Formats: sequence, structure tokens, C-alpha cells
Amino acid sequence: MTTDRPRLDPSRTSPGDLVRVAGDGLRARPMRVVLSALGIALGIAAMVSVLGISSSSRATLDAQIEALGTNLLTVGPDDDVFGDEGHLPDSATPMIGAVDGVESVSAVAVLPKVKVYRTDQVPEAESGGIAVMAADLDLLETVGTHPVAGSYLNRATRDLPVVVLGHTAAARLGVAGVGPDRQVFLGEQWFTVTGILAPTPLAPELDTAALVGWPAADGLGTFEGHPTTIYTRTDPDRVTEVRSVLAATANPASPDQVSVSRPSDALAAKQAADATLDSLVLGLGVVAVVVGGVGVANTMVLSVLERREEIGLRRSLGATRAHVRHQFLAEAVILSVLGGLVGVLGGVLLTAVYATAHGWPTVVPWWVSAAGLAVTAVLGGAAGLYPAVRASRMSPTEALAGR
Amino acid sequence: MTGGRIVVELDGVGKLHPGGVRALHDVSLTVRSGELLGIVGPSGSGKSTLLNLLGTLDRPTSGRIAIDGHELDRLDDDELSALRARTIGFVFQQFHLAPGLSVVDNVADGLVYCGVPRARRLAAAAAVLERVGLTHRSTHRPHELSGGERQRVAIARAVIGRPPLVLADEPTGNLDSRAGAVVLALLHDLHDDGTTVVVITHDEDVARSLPRRVEIRDGRKVVDHSERTPA
Repeated sequence: MTTDRPRLDPSRTSPGDLVRVAGDGLRARPMRVVLSALGIALGIAAMVSVLGISSSSRATLDAQIEALGTNLLTVGPDDDVFGDEGHLPDSATPMIGAVDGVESVSAVAVLPKVKVYRTDQVPEAESGGIAVMAADLDLLETVGTHPVAGSYLNRATRDLPVVVLGHTAAARLGVAGVGPDRQVFLGEQWFTVTGILAPTPLAPELDTAALVGWPAADGLGTFEGHPTTIYTRTDPDRVTEVRSVLAATANPASPDQVSVSRPSDALAAKQAADATLDSLVLGLGVVAVVVGGVGVANTMVLSVLERREEIGLRRSLGATRAHVRHQFLAEAVILSVLGGLVGVLGGVLLTAVYATAHGWPTVVPWWVSAAGLAVTAVLGGAAGLYPAVRASRMSPTEALAGR
Repeated sequence: MTGGRIVVELDGVGKLHPGGVRALHDVSLTVRSGELLGIVGPSGSGKSTLLNLLGTLDRPTSGRIAIDGHELDRLDDDELSALRARTIGFVFQQFHLAPGLSVVDNVADGLVYCGVPRARRLAAAAAVLERVGLTHRSTHRPHELSGGERQRVAIARAVIGRPPLVLADEPTGNLDSRAGAVVLALLHDLHDDGTTVVVITHDEDVARSLPRRVEIRDGRKVVDHSERTPA
């Protein structure tokens, strides 16, 4: 009998039919689809927007650093072993200027205990954290900034009681413009504000500074004329080379009391510090996505329980256990990826809104979107696995009876 | 009729449910190609168990079953699925139509596990809907249809793949008598076209309209009555 047993053509569906059948199952319950995809969408949107916003901000910063130049080095005194503030020798500035590869060099010196106030009526303690500095005439070219109002110190004004304010300092002192009537009370005498500087990202200490000419500073407080910061612009190709000799050049007697830094690195490091916050939000996004996945699993378990009769019907139409399993897996994956898709779109949109509001370019790396969708696909598969296996193991008769 | 190919063969079939409930005792039954037969009995008689066994949805605990020449105990679960896909069409009392799909899509789903491309499924569905007189309802959803129309859609789905065997489980159970008569007439039409049709029913009127009746009581076959000669 076995020899003439008729051959059976196996049950078959195409992948397209599988997706279509799964889609039919989802379309029948649109509200549930929306609600269970929402959790995943929110999580993915949070992750994509965090990565997008930080990419956009980094792109802006990179462009900014590029424009500012990465060839500025800052030389200052290091605290000595006794914890006292050290200082650089007066000869440091010309010595550095003579180093091969240095394009320009300019010094400032903080005037210790000299404060600046809006008027002579302001209590002494309320100095607003503004440092008074003596500054060279070529400072702006070296650090790469310019006045937004008035003009910088020059040969004529460096001897006079005039002051140029950093961007933040001007705001703190309530000085909005320049002119003979704009005066501040600096070191027990009135100084006229002749200039206000633009923000100086590579030398943020200048933003909170009040700059006076070197000769004008001479009579103020206990000023001895030692430079405290020397800004050094180098040949862009020789930054490392120059950097290695700066300490010894600035203070040949004790090079270990000199600190040399590269402000563009500090800006990049600040960005890296902001990334800590990013990882926090990113972590929250991951939690949201996982919770969303649990929601999808929950929906699928419920769906399988509710649709026993459909499962029974499909078995009677010739579906194998694998067909049923694949149908519910596909539903879970579609549901999850749908959430992922909405999340990616939402995240890109959020990034665009935020970046545009900050005047940044909108940058969402392609791999962020791709990873978002891949994660949701895997998540959907994981969430759907148990319900799908459970559906496939139902006995057709019990399923049809709704038991 | 006696000369037809054997489509269903039961030999000493018993079914013992887990928990010790014996639903069927030693039932033997032969159905030949082209027959229209009713399996009749009160609820709890074991006729639904018999239908599940005939439909390969369940396996017997004793005896042997062959459907369309296939010995069921030699088939694995996937092969039983294939047998259902190609050989058996089911009609259920509760219709089991997908509420979210149009009538024509519901009917086309009858071929979804037969490897038939969608365009051909839809063409076949349109043809079979015409046969059951529901072409005008093709784009409607099941909830827009009367009970009788829904059962005709279910019948269309059952026969879209031209299976040699159609199993109808209380096909008129949820219908009023007029709609039931239309559905029954449709099953007679199928029979006239050569399809083997087995109707499970507890309704004596339905049973009386069928040429052969097998009565089940307490899990045993008690009467097998054929009208060999027209009255």
C-alpha cells in the first residue's frame, strides 16, 4: 500500500502573503496598534533626537573650531609646590615670539585685587567676577576676536584710563555701548569704555575681563607687570612641535611651573562632557524602547488569546504550525518596526526643530536611523517569539472551539 | 454511487479524550466520492469529535482513518496541514470570517496556504462568489451581510480550491429556516457537481433532506441509512 500512496503537495505561502496576512491582523485592530507602537516610537524618538541634536551641535562646534583655528596655544603659570600662584618671567613673551613656527604672540596679565564696578556706589564685594587685565595691542589678532562696539586699545589709548570690556563683562556692568559718557569705576578711578569685544570661544576668560593698556595698568594696585597668560598662534602644521618647547621657553629656570594648553581641545572636551548627559537620555530612551517591547509582547499574547478561532480556521485552511508561528512573529515585527519608523521620523523632526532654533545645521547620521529600525525589528522578533510559539502549538480543535 | 472512489474510510475508530471521557467507540464508516451524507445526532453524541477526526484536525486514539487514500497515522503534522489545504474544505456553524477583510478577500484566503499567487486567488474568489450568487457583495465586509450570506461566503471559501471533500459542521445552525434552505440547496449543488459533502447536524429536517444519514448516539454509530432507490 505504501508504494501507491498519493504524493501530498505541501502547504505553501509566499513571504508576501505572510506579510499581507500579518498586516490584515494588525489592520483589524488599529487602536491597539497605535497604542502598543507608541511606547517604542517614544523611546526611539528620544534616542534619535538625542543623537541627532548632539551630532548637530557637534557639527556646529566642529565648524566653529575649524573657523577659530586649532593652532592657538595658551601658556600660563602653574601653581607652585606651595600652592601659591606662580607667574611667568617678563621675558617669556619675547622668548616665545622668537620660537620657530610661532606666528604671533600676545600676553595679558591679571591685575591682582583690582576690581571693576558699574559706579563708585557699588559695595566692594559685588565685583561681578570680572578680572581686570593688562593686555597687549595685538591680542585680538592672536586670539581671533574683534570688537562688537567701539574699538580696541591702540598706541594712543594704552596710556589713558580707558577700558575694553569682554562680552560678558559688559553685560554684567550694564554697559551697552561706548563713548565718553560710558564710564566704569576701576581700581578707585573712572575709566572710559572705548570698546566691547565679541565672545571669544578660544579664550573664554577674556569674556569676563576688563582690558586696560599695559602702561595704564602700571599705577593700579600691586601690579608688577608679569604676564599671566601668553596666547600663542602657531603655524597650523607645527602645533605639536611648538607646544613641546613652550614651557621651557617661557620659564627656562623652572619649566614645570608652566602650563601649556590648547583651548580648542578644551572646547572639544566640553562637548565630551555634554555627552555624559546624552548617554543619560540615551539610557532613558533604551528603557522606553524595552518597555515598548514588553508592551508589544503583551499585545501579542493578548492577540493570540483573542484570536484562537482565527488560528483554528487557518489550521483548517491548511496552515502549518510554522505558518501560524511566522504570522504572529511577522505581526510583532511589523508592529515594532512601525513604532520604530514613527520614532525615527519624530526624532529627526525634533532634531530639526531644535537645531533650527539654535541656528545649527540638522545632522542625523544615517546609521542612527538604521540602527533604530534594526533595534526595533530585533525587539519585535523577541517580543513576538513566545506568543507566536504559543499560537503555533494550539491544537486546531481547541482553537476552533475558542478554548 | 457504490462504485465511487473511497474518499473517507474509518475502521474501528475510537477517541478517548484526556481525562478519560470516551467520545467515540469503534466507529467504522466509508464515504465514496460524490456522496452527500449527514452525520446526525443530539449534542454530546460525539458527532463533533467525528467531524474533527474526518477533518484531520485531531487524531483518533484507536482505529485507522484514511482520507482520499492517505493513511493519517503515516502523516506528520505538516502533512496533515497539506491534506487540509488541498483535499478538505470546511464550513463552520460560526462562519469564522475575518471581520476586517472584504468578502472577496475572505474567500481568497481559502487558497492562501496552497501557494497560489494573490492575483489568481482573487480571480478564483470572484468566480466562486459568482457561483454562490454573491458577486454583488464582493467588496462588503462580513458584518454588512446577513447570516445566510455569510455562510455562503464561508462555503465559497471552502470550495475555492475545489477540494474533493467538503465538511460542513452545523452549517444551518445559526440561520433561520429560509437562509438555512438556501445554504442547504448550495450544498446540494456542490454534490450535484461531484463534490463529496459531509454535513454534521442535529436538525432532523436537514438530515431528512440528505440521501444518506449516519446516526451517532453516545459515541456509537447506531444507524447508517441510505436511500439507494429514489422514492
